[in-house]
Amino acid sequence: MTIHQLSVFVENKSGTLLQVLELLKDAGIQLIASTISDTVEYGIYRIICSEPMRAYDTLKQAGIAANLSDVFAIMLDNQPGCAADAIRSFSEAGIGISYLYSFLLSGKGILVFRTDDAEKTYQVILDKDLDYIEEKRLLEMA
Amino acid sequence: MYLHPELETMPRSEINRLQMERLQQTLQRCMCIPFYKQRFAEIGLKPEDIHTLDDLQKIPFTTKQDLREHYPFGLSAVPLEKVVRLHSSSGTTGTPTVILHTQHDLDEWANAVARCLYMVGLRKGDIFQNSSGYGMFTGGLGFQYGAERLGMLTVPAAAGNTKRQIKFITDFGTTALHAIPSYAGRLYEVMEEMGIDPRRDTKLRTLIIGAEPHSDEQRRRIEDMLGVKAYNSFGMSEMCGPGVAFECPEQNGLHIWEDYYIVEIVNPDTLEPVPEGEIGELVLTTINREAMPLLRYRTRDLTRILPGDCPCGRHHKRLDRMKGRSDDMMILKGVNIFPIQIENILMQFKELGNEYLITLTNLEANDEMTVEVELNDFTDDYGFLQRLTKEITRQLKDEILITPRVKLVPKGSLPKQEGKAVRVKDLRKTLI
Repeated sequence: MTIHQLSVFVENKSGTLLQVLELLKDAGIQLIASTISDTVEYGIYRIICSEPMRAYDTLKQAGIAANLSDVFAIMLDNQPGCAADAIRSFSEAGIGISYLYSFLLSGKGILVFRTDDAEKTYQVILDKDLDYIEEKRLLEMA
Repeated sequence: MYLHPELETMPRSEINRLQMERLQQTLQRCMCIPFYKQRFAEIGLKPEDIHTLDDLQKIPFTTKQDLREHYPFGLSAVPLEKVVRLHSSSGTTGTPTVILHTQHDLDEWANAVARCLYMVGLRKGDIFQNSSGYGMFTGGLGFQYGAERLGMLTVPAAAGNTKRQIKFITDFGTTALHAIPSYAGRLYEVMEEMGIDPRRDTKLRTLIIGAEPHSDEQRRRIEDMLGVKAYNSFGMSEMCGPGVAFECPEQNGLHIWEDYYIVEIVNPDTLEPVPEGEIGELVLTTINREAMPLLRYRTRDLTRILPGDCPCGRHHKRLDRMKGRSDDMMILKGVNIFPIQIENILMQFKELGNEYLITLTNLEANDEMTVEVELNDFTDDYGFLQRLTKEITRQLKDEILITPRVKLVPKGSLPKQEGKAVRVKDLRKTLI
């Protein structure tokens, strides 16, 4: 029910992001979505891409601190209020969202997020019949 | 002008004669210490072989390690019942070092500090506030006894609690204050916040600063801020504490009291003496101490002897301000810190790699420490990284008493160490 997200620990200095992107480019990996969060000292660069495993290996071999993690991705209609309705389901179940980012893909809204309780999240997605995305399907859409 | 005129204005030839006489007595005392007795025997040296001050170079050096190995009472030259005081280092880098004093030693220590304070114009009638840590740290009791010996009203304010310090200064009419240089800056900041103008609202006119390296520029800034004259103080617990060397009103170098110490400057690598005026490691021999005489003690402090005579009339040699340490000890805000202390903490975190770098900077006279450390690996968890940073910071603060800025960096981003690791980058402007 989850997809792989590639996370890269990036120092807050010029050129570090570029290095990661160049490596992925040279490996022919396509980015689907990415986001960067930062503190003063460092950032976490999170990436949804084609072939996350190979992307991970590529970065690791280049000595870059990377990590693969499981995140939820749900697909919504591209209409006002859909995100609110989806998130309400988690909120009502007492689930906290650790981080979230969203993007449009083939006319659909995609929410990528991590919560503080994966088990409960699974349950809510099933109970509310939310349209979760598997990795294969996401890649087909991209 | 001089508290001990006969000793302070002694001509060079007389100083040398007195030193030789006291050195002989010291060597006799050292023969009561198995450590020194054995050391001399090993190289076939007898106290009688030391005829001139140059002969001193035949005697092996004493190091901090020697003190540690004979912890706590192994270097005592007198029976323990004659010892009335013990001071100890914090022992954060291993076995602490202990220094023992007889009543005579304490009296002489007080005399030396009193002489320093008198030299910069302090007299009975002055109110002396000592914002130095008391207890095992020698800055507290050392100045306390010296100031009392001079007959000043002495306020043992101890370190910290800045607002209370300022209240004491204004309420008691404090005229002289002992503080570490960075703290003097802090006092001024807080005075400003409290709407106190030190020139208008206090009677402060003399400041004694020491315990951490600082530039002349920094001293002038402190003087301007507080409207005082600031004098440099140098001491170390191995040599009693404060009162080893002190600036006279010329404010040009610190007179080292040669009736108490024989001073040498050596190249820290070759251990050969360096010519006068060149920077090297300060080596001191105590010649006026009963309980625990130390011969050729390597202080690890880097300085030089200033050439030429001092217009103040004292012939005791002048040390330049301290330039740093020959070993890797850092002095921040008056606190001695060894990289190994930081390493020990970092290495307890399995999340961290082996590489780290300590950078020292100073902004507005405030020492700052940044500790960059490599993450072994990382989980995509922001909160975890923040908690980790916080926990490392907390543990480091507990260990070194200073709050460093902890910066996690990805593995491989710090320079790989080859040979002797460079762990400390000292970018503070006041050093050399």
